[in-house]
Amino acid sequence: MHTVTYLQAINEALREEMDRDERVFIMGEDVGWNLLGATGGLKDRFGTERVRNTPIAEAGFVGAGAGAAMVGMRPVVDMLIAPFVYPAFDQIVSIIAKSTYLYGGQAKMPIVLRAPMLYGAGNAAQHSDRPYPTFMTIPGLKLIAPASPYDAKGMLKAAIRDDDPVICFEDWTLTGLRNEIPDEDYVIELGKAAVKREGSDITIVALAGAVPHALAAGEQLAGEGISAEVIDLRSIVPLDRDTILASVEKTGRLVVADPAHIMGSVASEISAIVAQEGFWSLRAPIIRVATPHTHIPFSATLERPLYPTTEKIVNAAKRAMA
Amino acid sequence: MAITVSETDMLEMYRRMTRIRQFEETTQALLLKGELYGSFHTSSGQEASIVGSCMALRTDDYMVGTHRSHGHPIGKGAKIDRLLAELMGKETGINQGKGGSMHLSDFGVGSLGETSIVGSGLPVATGAALGSKMQGNDRVTLCFFGDGASSQGTFHESLNMASLWNLPVIYVCENNGFGELTPTHEAVSVPDIASRAAGYGMPGIVVDGQDVLAVYEVVSEAVRRARAGEGPTLVETKTFRFDNHSIGMPVETPGHAEMLVHWRGNRCPIDLFDRALKEFGCDEVTLREIDAQVADEVSAAVEFGRTSPEPPPEAAFTHLYTNPIRIDS
Ligand SMILES: Cc1ncc(C[n+]2csc(CCOP(=O)(O)OP(=O)(O)O)c2C)c(N)n1
Repeated sequence: MHTVTYLQAINEALREEMDRDERVFIMGEDVGWNLLGATGGLKDRFGTERVRNTPIAEAGFVGAGAGAAMVGMRPVVDMLIAPFVYPAFDQIVSIIAKSTYLYGGQAKMPIVLRAPMLYGAGNAAQHSDRPYPTFMTIPGLKLIAPASPYDAKGMLKAAIRDDDPVICFEDWTLTGLRNEIPDEDYVIELGKAAVKREGSDITIVALAGAVPHALAAGEQLAGEGISAEVIDLRSIVPLDRDTILASVEKTGRLVVADPAHIMGSVASEISAIVAQEGFWSLRAPIIRVATPHTHIPFSATLERPLYPTTEKIVNAAKRAMA
Repeated sequence: MAITVSETDMLEMYRRMTRIRQFEETTQALLLKGELYGSFHTSSGQEASIVGSCMALRTDDYMVGTHRSHGHPIGKGAKIDRLLAELMGKETGINQGKGGSMHLSDFGVGSLGETSIVGSGLPVATGAALGSKMQGNDRVTLCFFGDGASSQGTFHESLNMASLWNLPVIYVCENNGFGELTPTHEAVSVPDIASRAAGYGMPGIVVDGQDVLAVYEVVSEAVRRARAGEGPTLVETKTFRFDNHSIGMPVETPGHAEMLVHWRGNRCPIDLFDRALKEFGCDEVTLREIDAQVADEVSAAVEFGRTSPEPPPEAAFTHLYTNPIRIDS
């Protein structure tokens, strides 16, 4: 075992997969220069062909990733910051998500897009997006949001080995986390949520940066005699509805904590699934704790209160218990 | 001609051009009768541009097409029975009925699909070329796109990357004078799109898109450069489409009808090549035999499509992923 941070876990996943499979390569803006800290040492180890700095042309290089994937490469495209996917949106939707289907299975699309989310850091409305709900509406993509160094490494490795397109939404509010992880190779199957804390009174499903808050809330609620089961969703598509429904069947109550905007969110989708499939287990209304439907302001005073916090999750759980 | 073309190759060019034309005329008739459905952008009139380009490639080279897509896979060597079945939405279609008219393909002959979001194929072709380069093989990729597509950012982003990375890719702009109803000169700020190549440090060449041998010569040189590691080329074929933007569209491009008379009468690529072949000494009988063989092929393809099964309803949910997941319905 050894201890790593979230970014070191990502770096290890990239290095090990590039060592294992020469078809894997990285491209994106400044990847060779390690601008954001996840690609350190890779250029020296693999060279500039496989750690390829690109022009600032997201549609161009994301689409080029798709073309390379179609002819047998396994690109990992670094989006630098999640909202920079927007200039590449058509390539992601029209080409990456749809080519396997449109051509009746002739095209494989083994591509990974890494989309670091840098919210909560005074970057204002254009740089603070958590855009996974947008992509959840598009069939053909797989979406993951690892919330620990252990998961970040194992899920990114699984994503790189997957024959389908995967967008990895990395939550950089978690970069301070450290985990012990195995020294040997491991992968985490996509589409499996993790029950992080068992409980019997209420289910709290959380994803990405909301997970540590949900765990802290579980701890706090225990002190007040409420037994919360905390589930880290980990994977958005495929969505592990079985784990969620089984938990709600046991607890009868559900809070969903999601750092993205509440409108059309993962929290909304989970709520709808539970309302439809688990209605008769429910003993209280489902409560979503997500970001209100407003832009992310620059001022820290304004920004800080918008996201899910431990306190908000605790309060939601208490309301559900009342 | 600086390069010599064998008689066999010239006859194969003629065959493929004729195949495209007959395929288009037949399927268009089926569309108007209601046997086919969907948007339908034909390649008639552009056969020399397509076939001259594709014949400069090997079967294992890659090609990316556009919404005006029936001709591109045929030019690349695809058999037409599964293409026709695809237009009928049948299970035996090349895409198993998932793609239809704007997405004909045949990965078996390097036809990596046709994308109907204008300009979206350029980065894909660029990436396929990047893949070949990284794999260390000598395959090249040819990307067709229209004059309209040259205004998309993807065109500029792709040419910049291809030149920067010295990729084995040939960009063939089929300039048919219009993007839907808008004349090219109202949408593009330069008279020759090929002149844009200078901005990316690659050769840009204008060629008569109705002359299959001229296209073949220019593209062959671009392919040679690409294979030799000398980088990308932009080729602009000046051509014309012989049908409405899309078959059955109620509106005609202003002036299109008059221009059509001229182009069909004097600039038909198949007529021009027919004449050239005879000047090279090819006899009439050989060419008419090819016409007849292609007609039989097209009839057989229609029959194949008609007798093929419809896809089963559950096929709407297959091929969404290579490694399938549970799908919410
Ligand atoms: C992004 C996008 N915008 C608009 C359209 C609608 N559209 C379909 S074909 C076309 C014209 C394309 O012109 P050009 O690239 O010259 O190709 P041509 O049809 O002349 O072969 C347009 C605007 C589209 N399919 N995609």
